[in-house]
Amino acid sequence: MSTRNPAISKGIDWSLVWIWFILCAIGITSIFAASYHDGDNVVQGFISLKTDYSRQLLFFILAGIVGTFILLTDSKFFTATANLGYAFGIFLLLLVFPFHSRVKGTESIIRFGSAFQLQPADLCKLFVNLALAKYLSRVETNFTRPRSQLIAAVIALVPAMLSIMQKETGLSLVYFSFFLVMFREGLPASILVIGFSFSVLVVATLLLEPNTLALVLTAIALVAIYILRKAIKRTRSVLFLIVGVWFVCVGIQRFVVPFAFDHVFKPYQVKRIYDAIGKDYVPKDQATEVALENEVKTSGKKKDNNYNVKQSKIAIGSGGFIGKGLLKGTQTRYDFVPEQKTDFIFCTIGEGFGFLGSTIFLGIYVVLLMRIVTIAERQRSVFSRCYAYGVASVLFFHIIINVCMTVGLAPVIGIPLPFISYGGTSLLTFSIMLFILVRLDADRQMVLR
Amino acid sequence: MPVFNQSRSNIVRLIFAGMFLIIVAQLFHLQIVSKKYKQQAQENALFRKSVYPTRGIIFDRKGKAILNNTILYDLMVTPAQVKNIDTAYFCQLMGIDTAEFHRRIVEARIKNGQFRPTTFEDLLAPEIYARMEENIWKFPGFNLQERPVRIYPYYAAAHIMGYVGEVDSAILRRSNNFYQLGDYVGRSGLEQYYEKALMGQRGIEFWIKDNKNRLVDHYQEGTLDTPAIAGKNLHTYLDIDLQQLAERLLNGKTGAVVAIEPKTGGILAMASGPSFDPNNLTGPDKQANYSKLVLDASGPLLNRAIKGQYQPGSTYKPLGALIGLDENVITPASGINCLGSYNACTKPVRCLESWAGHAATLRLAIAHSCNSFFCNTFRLEVDNPEIHSVRRGLTKWKEYVNAFGLGHRLGVDLPSEDGGNIPDTAVYDKDYNHAWNSCTMVTMGIGQDKMLVTPLQMANAMCIVANKGYYYTPHFVKSIEGAPEDDTLLSRFHQKHETVSHISDAAFEVVHSGMQDVTEIGTAKPARIPGIDMCAKTGTAENKRVIDGRVLKLNNHSVFVCFAPRENPRIAVSVIVENGGFGAAQAGVIASLLVEKYLNDTIATARLALEDDITNRNLMPGYLVRLQFRDDSNRAALWAKQSGDSSRWLKYQTPSFRYMMQDTSAGSKSPLYQALHKPAPYKSALAERMAKLKAQAAAATIGLDSALKAPATVHPPDSGVRKPAPVQHPKKDSSNGTEVPPVRLAPPPRRPDSSTYKDSTR
Repeated sequence: MSTRNPAISKGIDWSLVWIWFILCAIGITSIFAASYHDGDNVVQGFISLKTDYSRQLLFFILAGIVGTFILLTDSKFFTATANLGYAFGIFLLLLVFPFHSRVKGTESIIRFGSAFQLQPADLCKLFVNLALAKYLSRVETNFTRPRSQLIAAVIALVPAMLSIMQKETGLSLVYFSFFLVMFREGLPASILVIGFSFSVLVVATLLLEPNTLALVLTAIALVAIYILRKAIKRTRSVLFLIVGVWFVCVGIQRFVVPFAFDHVFKPYQVKRIYDAIGKDYVPKDQATEVALENEVKTSGKKKDNNYNVKQSKIAIGSGGFIGKGLLKGTQTRYDFVPEQKTDFIFCTIGEGFGFLGSTIFLGIYVVLLMRIVTIAERQRSVFSRCYAYGVASVLFFHIIINVCMTVGLAPVIGIPLPFISYGGTSLLTFSIMLFILVRLDADRQMVLR
Repeated sequence: MPVFNQSRSNIVRLIFAGMFLIIVAQLFHLQIVSKKYKQQAQENALFRKSVYPTRGIIFDRKGKAILNNTILYDLMVTPAQVKNIDTAYFCQLMGIDTAEFHRRIVEARIKNGQFRPTTFEDLLAPEIYARMEENIWKFPGFNLQERPVRIYPYYAAAHIMGYVGEVDSAILRRSNNFYQLGDYVGRSGLEQYYEKALMGQRGIEFWIKDNKNRLVDHYQEGTLDTPAIAGKNLHTYLDIDLQQLAERLLNGKTGAVVAIEPKTGGILAMASGPSFDPNNLTGPDKQANYSKLVLDASGPLLNRAIKGQYQPGSTYKPLGALIGLDENVITPASGINCLGSYNACTKPVRCLESWAGHAATLRLAIAHSCNSFFCNTFRLEVDNPEIHSVRRGLTKWKEYVNAFGLGHRLGVDLPSEDGGNIPDTAVYDKDYNHAWNSCTMVTMGIGQDKMLVTPLQMANAMCIVANKGYYYTPHFVKSIEGAPEDDTLLSRFHQKHETVSHISDAAFEVVHSGMQDVTEIGTAKPARIPGIDMCAKTGTAENKRVIDGRVLKLNNHSVFVCFAPRENPRIAVSVIVENGGFGAAQAGVIASLLVEKYLNDTIATARLALEDDITNRNLMPGYLVRLQFRDDSNRAALWAKQSGDSSRWLKYQTPSFRYMMQDTSAGSKSPLYQALHKPAPYKSALAERMAKLKAQAAAATIGLDSALKAPATVHPPDSGVRKPAPVQHPKKDSSNGTEVPPVRLAPPPRRPDSSTYKDSTR
């Protein structure tokens, strides 16, 4: 062993490993704080495997072992098996349809026995990341061509489609984060800008009166025409472009969004979107209302998401500047916030450690993401770089959506906070992704294909 | 591969940093700028729990606790924890059926949710508590919770002590949110009047509660909590033995008794009949008992001692004499030649006595209660030549009577006292269109016409007479434990009211002599107590009542006032027995027994038979049956109208049922009649005393005392409790005299056939 040790550790970026370790430790502590009750035996609780924090500890150790194995693996293994892994991931996703077990309104979980369960939609982002990196790093791929861009998008979005079919809209959104990788690899910025503008328009449609918004849009168009009047004089097509954009915007605002809300989205999803922007959702007709009620009933969640967000905001808000201290938070300790061990784990940190603690905690994430970007940029092989960007994007998307959800900036979509939230699959998936990155980075001098 | 897009890494970094900055800004807003979340967190997790202090105890003058606290138990249920219990066994223990069990569990869920304990049954009856305590471990989710409850160890003084009940919305509003819903508060009597002293000070504990509203822990280790301070104890003037005797004597009668200590104004006893056991309004069945009492047509909840307004009848006469003496319209030597009626006004006023010389002097006139003399005196007072005007004369007279404490509330320390009525000129102006003279209201001189007083006022007037001119506001409470000297609640009771002290002592002496003669040679000879100089006055007040739209002339009220002893009076008593007939017949005997009991601390064995006799006498008026029938059937009709359920109402329309319900003849099967005429629950005082004395004598191995021989033959000791007095009907009062035991130690009340004197007062 002693002879091999230097070989493994050679080139490994220990800073990532340390951040991983720190985050997992914070996660176990938070779960402990959220589930500990007065008089519990702490030592027994950690050993017994009956408590959530002890199980999380077990998964942490498991993740460490799996990570060690990954570090022992040859980097070429990942490039070699990337496409196979993708096929396997899709296979798992398809397997869900006949074999899923119905848990909490989702159809995305396969159960093995009573204890272990697998969510392929969650796991699949790892395979997609590898496959996308593999595709982008191919010598034949010229990413400036729209055809290649389309293929890359399909690779990322097929699992997303399958996820939506399994009623896991939240998880499917994660796959959109891979557009960040494509952006780095040369996807035109205009696509991102248009995508962003589109979402702004949708939110504005929900927030403002239709007529007001139409007026605002018209005003913007007129101002644009005025500013660009010289350009318009030179080329008439600019005018047509502006008018066309204006026409599309008003069309979206007037027809597409209402149509989508009425016919495409499920009532509960519409309600969540409304909850996130702080408006009351009034069901349009009787049928919608009944559907909404049924959804709430079958999903098994008694309290609606509005309640969750409210309690979560109260818990975080009551933390103040320095917080109430570990185990002192009244809101998290006495279970006012539902799902506070999983999706709303950030409340425990926000209430216990206040603004200061939360900012430091988010700082750790920022350091992690920046470090990954730095690492990505120092790779010689495109595969490693794309993979690193993929990891950064997925982590970033999870963190932002999860935290925004707890502080009331985003709709409640049940996605976990990486390394912190309770849940074995999630912890293992993220750890494997990170350790593969560390392994690839250790071989950064090599050109992998 | 060329790194042609490297600059884009910075854009990615910027996006990352930007999003995190947005989150940090939102955190800054939530945690530092906005204060509302901290407050909401407190509302979420903090629970202010009120800690109730024990209420103060009320003691009598001898230090006996007459209103105390005890612990009863509530059965609480936490629905979520009720699992796998033997429901059938549980229901058997509780005496309910399973449907009721499930109904209550559902009710508890609705009320407080799954996880908070809710009352399953409050104030368990002692036997159910005993059963449950033994088996409570078999029923997870159920527990017994202590609950302090008021208890009246002497089963007496219901009207004085009052009771506690939950606050209603009116009290909540008046208290300015001091009370909270579900608080207990004194609802009548001393409990209400001294609520502030008795209730103590509520404590507050801050608790942390969890998302299911369960209380988890003290907030900040209880540093913010304030402890509860127990209520203050009250020491009263009440003599509980005297009170019990008074209530016993009023058994089966409507009426009131008030006994006051003249020197202090302290009330020694105050009873009102019909009464009830105050413990009925504290225990498990208080709701049911309360509704029963409220619906009872005889009005057991009414404290007739302060709320009953009666014509004083002849008991007013000593006051009339004093006013006349002070106004110099009569002298002690004044007399009138009365031959059985007063004929100076259009309508003759009949007098009880017709023999010449029964009103030769003031003293004799009081002793024989001469109506003519006092009608005349009244007219002299109103037509006083020194005043020159009948209007001013009446006003002056009213001032005098008011000075004797009549016609206005005295301010006793009980809630809702009534003031009685002393009419003024305006009333007669209205009734007689300004055309009236002293003859118009001449019967006011013998305590009738529009004059109305409460028994408390009459007792207080006797205090004034006994004290020769002053009184203290009648009150119960002597001191409040732990209250400062200058307590505002009690200070006004220490104030001496010298309202008529300008009347000369000589005038009082004459009246005292006359009143003493009442018991020596006059109308109240049966009330005389050997060895005690008692000044007294009988009264017989006319009793008319409108029933079903007709004015019925009913048996007269028996009224009696007295004080004793004459020198240094220690007790003043006023008694009224509705439908009791002649003043001395019922009220006089009751008063004399009370005076004897108080002054001698015991009733002479020779007079025990009299006590038994009075206790077992039933004078409940028969018209109450009719009233009760009317009220009940009206309620049934209203119920039928409101709910559409006419089954109850139809019952009242069946002729045979109607007849049976309203039958008031002796031996009637009407439940209403039987309820009014149930046998006295009290044991024969005489038989008890005999048994005790016999046991003592046997222990001392000496023969029976010769003094005991005579009564021993009257009541053989083995006869135990005496038979209840035969069912009586007011109209058959005359049978009273013949139903008494064969040998009586005390003379029977005089003139039992009082109905012949209905038209007159004495």
